[in-house]
Amino acid sequence: MDELPVALALLLVACAGTAAVATRDPVRQSLVLGVLGLALALLFTVLQAPDVALSQLAVGTALTPLMVLLSVRKVRRKARSERREEHE
Amino acid sequence: MSPRTRLWVLACGVAGVAALLAVTVWRLPPFGGARHPYGERAVEAALASRVANAVASVNFDQRAFDTLGEQAILFGSVLGTVVVLRQTRDERRVEPEPAGVAGPVRRYALIALPVVLLTGVYVVAHGQLSPGGGFQGGVVAATGLHLLYVAVDYRALKRVRSVHLFTLADAAGEAGYLLLGTGGLLAGTAYLTDVLPLGTFGTLASGGTVPLLNAAIGVEVAAAVVVLLARFLDQAIEIVTSGEEGDRAPGTDGAPGTGGARPAGGTGRADGADGPHRTGRGGAG
Repeated sequence: MDELPVALALLLVACAGTAAVATRDPVRQSLVLGVLGLALALLFTVLQAPDVALSQLAVGTALTPLMVLLSVRKVRRKARSERREEHE
Repeated sequence: MSPRTRLWVLACGVAGVAALLAVTVWRLPPFGGARHPYGERAVEAALASRVANAVASVNFDQRAFDTLGEQAILFGSVLGTVVVLRQTRDERRVEPEPAGVAGPVRRYALIALPVVLLTGVYVVAHGQLSPGGGFQGGVVAATGLHLLYVAVDYRALKRVRSVHLFTLADAAGEAGYLLLGTGGLLAGTAYLTDVLPLGTFGTLASGGTVPLLNAAIGVEVAAAVVVLLARFLDQAIEIVTSGEEGDRAPGTDGAPGTGGARPAGGTGRADGADGPHRTGRGGAG
């Protein structure tokens, strides 16, 4: 019975990880990545590693998705303008 | 290289990693057991140097040299990002226009902003007492600052955030860690040895150099994250390559931190399937 929280957290991480890989649109993927970060933080907490959980929470759920979103925005803006040039 | 050779190289690599991993895992103590030889020694050493959070003692006292390497990695990677994402000759800046923000978003973000900043400082300052420390608190404080971007717009964030000052703070934090280490050399022992008075167990000033090293890391990490995000934000919002579409209202759809309330790049949904895939892989890596 002691292992139940760990097993549940592991299951959640596996689901979130699979969902992050299966999502093809990078904008949605970054959000799923945030969920995966949250699941990992939960797993580290139930494994009694709160220091790692805090790092994971700060980096995995906030910083990484934000950087992905900003990169996508830049790349798409560039792609849009290039396509427009082709039309002209 | 032909695909066949490439597969062979991959197979060799995978086999090597698998063999090494198997050998390593075979000798590991079982998961969740009652006996923790390393843990017991680490906790003992942590208590001897009067650090309540054993993890902080491992990171900033027993293995302070490892942490020096880790923070150098962060410093170096941020430096690399700053160089790669700089404004090149064929790029120009477009001043972002002021943007409207939904009332509840603005209110919530402005209330959360001071709370998050304070939480970051708290986590840094209590690194030697409770879970957390310079790295965690630094990231929390740095990302918290960007709530200003969510609440108001990019111009407000830019007014508060002087990239120049944060670059200096980044370097100062890095230098602070290096210089604190020389205290040990001056006292006649090894580099990064905890030579300061240890103080009372469980108080803010306990642990000798541990809280000081934590503070140095906190400054470095917070400044590094701010500088890093500043470069990303500059590229995503202000900098346009000549011929690139000048953004219509950069501030409005440029709030990716709102958790999907207004998905950034939503205007690009009509993009073909290929573009997002390529970027997706880059982002996930």
